Amino acid sequence: MSSQDDRDDLQSTSRRNFSKGLATLPLIGMPGLSLAAKYPTAKVNTTKLAVTDTEVTVGQLHSATGTMAISETGSIQAERLAIEQINAAGGVLGRQIKIIQEDGASDWPTFAEKSKKLLVNDRVAAVFGCWTSASRKAVLPIFEKENGMLYYPTFYEGLEQSKNVIYTGQEATQQILWGLDWVMKEKGAKSFFLIGSDYIWPRTSNKIARKHIENFRHLKVVGEEYYPLGHTNFNSLINKIKIVKPDCIYAIVVGGSNVAFYKQMKAAGVTSKKQLLLTISVTEDELLGIGGENCDGFYACMKYFQSLDNSNNHKFVEAFKAKYGPKAVIGDVTQAAYLGPWLWKFAVEKAGSFDIDKIAKASPGIEFKGAPEGYVKIHPNHHLWSKARIGEIQSDGQFKVVAESPELIEPNPFPKGYQ
Amino acid sequence: MDKFRRWIASSDMASIVVLAIVVFAVLPATTDIFRLNLIGKYLTYAFVAVGLVMLWGYGGILSLGQGVFFGLGGYCMAMFLKLEASDPVSTKIQSTPGIPDFMDWNQLTALPFWWEPFRHLPVALIGMLVVPMVLAAVIGFAMFKRRVGGVYFAIITQAVAMIITVLIIGQQGYTGGVNGITDLKTMLGWDIRTDSAKYILYFANAILLFVAIFACRAVQRTKLGTLLLAMRDKEDRVRFSGYDVANFKVFVFCLAATLCGVGGAMFTLQVGFMSPSFVGIVPSIEMVIFAAVGGRMSLVGAVYGTLLVNFGKTYFSESFPEMWLFLMAALFIGVVMAFPNGLAGLWESYVKPWLLRERQAVPVPAPEKTPAVAEDPSEAEAASTRPVARSPEHAPASKNRSDGVDPAVA
Repeated sequence: MSSQDDRDDLQSTSRRNFSKGLATLPLIGMPGLSLAAKYPTAKVNTTKLAVTDTEVTVGQLHSATGTMAISETGSIQAERLAIEQINAAGGVLGRQIKIIQEDGASDWPTFAEKSKKLLVNDRVAAVFGCWTSASRKAVLPIFEKENGMLYYPTFYEGLEQSKNVIYTGQEATQQILWGLDWVMKEKGAKSFFLIGSDYIWPRTSNKIARKHIENFRHLKVVGEEYYPLGHTNFNSLINKIKIVKPDCIYAIVVGGSNVAFYKQMKAAGVTSKKQLLLTISVTEDELLGIGGENCDGFYACMKYFQSLDNSNNHKFVEAFKAKYGPKAVIGDVTQAAYLGPWLWKFAVEKAGSFDIDKIAKASPGIEFKGAPEGYVKIHPNHHLWSKARIGEIQSDGQFKVVAESPELIEPNPFPKGYQ
Repeated sequence: MDKFRRWIASSDMASIVVLAIVVFAVLPATTDIFRLNLIGKYLTYAFVAVGLVMLWGYGGILSLGQGVFFGLGGYCMAMFLKLEASDPVSTKIQSTPGIPDFMDWNQLTALPFWWEPFRHLPVALIGMLVVPMVLAAVIGFAMFKRRVGGVYFAIITQAVAMIITVLIIGQQGYTGGVNGITDLKTMLGWDIRTDSAKYILYFANAILLFVAIFACRAVQRTKLGTLLLAMRDKEDRVRFSGYDVANFKVFVFCLAATLCGVGGAMFTLQVGFMSPSFVGIVPSIEMVIFAAVGGRMSLVGAVYGTLLVNFGKTYFSESFPEMWLFLMAALFIGVVMAFPNGLAGLWESYVKPWLLRERQAVPVPAPEKTPAVAEDPSEAEAASTRPVARSPEHAPASKNRSDGVDPAVA
């Protein structure tokens, strides 16, 4: 239903959206149909992608149904918002973007099937999609075989780099190292207790965290525990924490487990008054479920928070709320998803072509100065240079940004010494 | 012409021939390679559905854990392919080159010993048959010898599905966890991702499916098949007649499991990865739905049922990405309400009488009895003394044998 509405929305370029799109993007001059004439389809599309003189078709592949739908909806919305703004500002090489949305249904084989459909049948020029690592792993061989381009929004475990993927989220080291250093320096943490949900991202992230703490900073890891996805009983873990008394809990609990974890911590008296906790898995989206009052005062390390104070972000939050209602919240991944269509547009314009090979080649070095997180730049390894930030959880479900890395952090998906 | 029509209507062989024409000629001729690969994927589920016809339709044993066996077969094949894809050269960026990437991510530094045998294709091929069969035998003996049946057995198969899923996800260093085993490339150097490989795999899969159908049909026609039906309808009578019911049940459970294993292995080859999302309870129940939609007494119906449900799934989800689940639910409810015996029941009660309508004027031994026996549950008890006559698969076959029309007898 809502997809229909969105589609109508995209086609009607209201004055309000038009001016908003322009405001968000000072980079864009006044492109129009003349631009399409300047770039004839035969020239900009030599690989039979779905590009016509007036339109370019892209795919959107997230879970609209199933357990992941709650997380991926934000990404779907942000990508649509970005595409709408791009269309209002004249499209890409003078062509309006048309979306074909497919549902991955939280099921990895379905992701594989749908990605093949988008690339082989629909010949889409780019795909914005996937959320979990499992779904990305399922589609990656297809993108490489069929030579497609995927813009992947989620912070993830790294250990991957592909010509056919632009990773708009942080890889593990970008999210972990600076944050750990911050709690060591600012909060004096010397011993750490690592907690994670039991799958690849928390495991790899904790591996990197442990190496950093022990080998590079010569401090102590006093415990490391994993629980299955969806686990809801953390009492024994909380007892263990009370016994070993770590200076800092490093938590990578994901999804629904978060709700049980933080509520039980609070019930057991482990609150921010007595305990320092740093997480890399709680964003504004998760706080909706947990409730800010259950974990206020704990810290999260992300690259983006909705409360970030800069003019790009103010415009982004305003546009997002105008489209999806005043109660909509924007988490780290939602912002990263918003970057995807823009980065693709810039790559296409820089390459002067929709061809995947040319976009892949043109991507490194592309900057997005209008990014809500401030500024990003694509690294030759197809990840983004971005800053890390520490947010303190507030009881209203938002974060207060308390620290920001001084420099952009270089993405390093295969960190030496951390493997 | 009349003779042909009569043959179509009254011989189960005819329905197999029609299915063969559809699978081997019509579908490949009318679809592009992308869609054909999808149909190939659906046909791997058909192995499970065919197995369920034997297990549930004939044996009367409802298993809600067939995904486990599908998964085990698939994992056996995936392990072989993954080892082939993980040669030291292409994995040289890892801490330990030469082992699968997910093991490296999980800090394993050597290949676990039980992975070693899967370097060899024959081991993987035997494994995909034997591993599901052995697990089914263990479960089967443990349950059926204790006379656990019906709903209790269904619940236990669900528990098994749950346990195996948790095991696979939890032991991610050894199994790839929730991601599954991905990025499979070649089989003995043969690139399984190319279009030509997909054609070959489609036909190999289709041939295997027909081998499975014929094998099941052969079982149905033996005394064993008769006993299965008898057992389904009145287990006690069969037991009192001196048969060890448990052994037959174990046999048919193993048969269904083995078919699932073959389907799983073909799935891995055609789709290029295996993940625990097939092993759980939900996909297992979905597979039962395939058989139910097709008609749980008909081997051929099960294949059509699988195709219909999966076509529906693909079509609805492509056309209505946000509300396709409701349409699928409508399809299931619609089929079950309108045709309780599935697509096969539709054939039995509408198409067949129509094909035979002229024949009723001719004074030949009345074949119209056959459609009437299409499993009306209320009739089940009354007819239990003649289980063979109640089977729509059997009745025409046994009749034709005397007519000498059925080419399958030759």
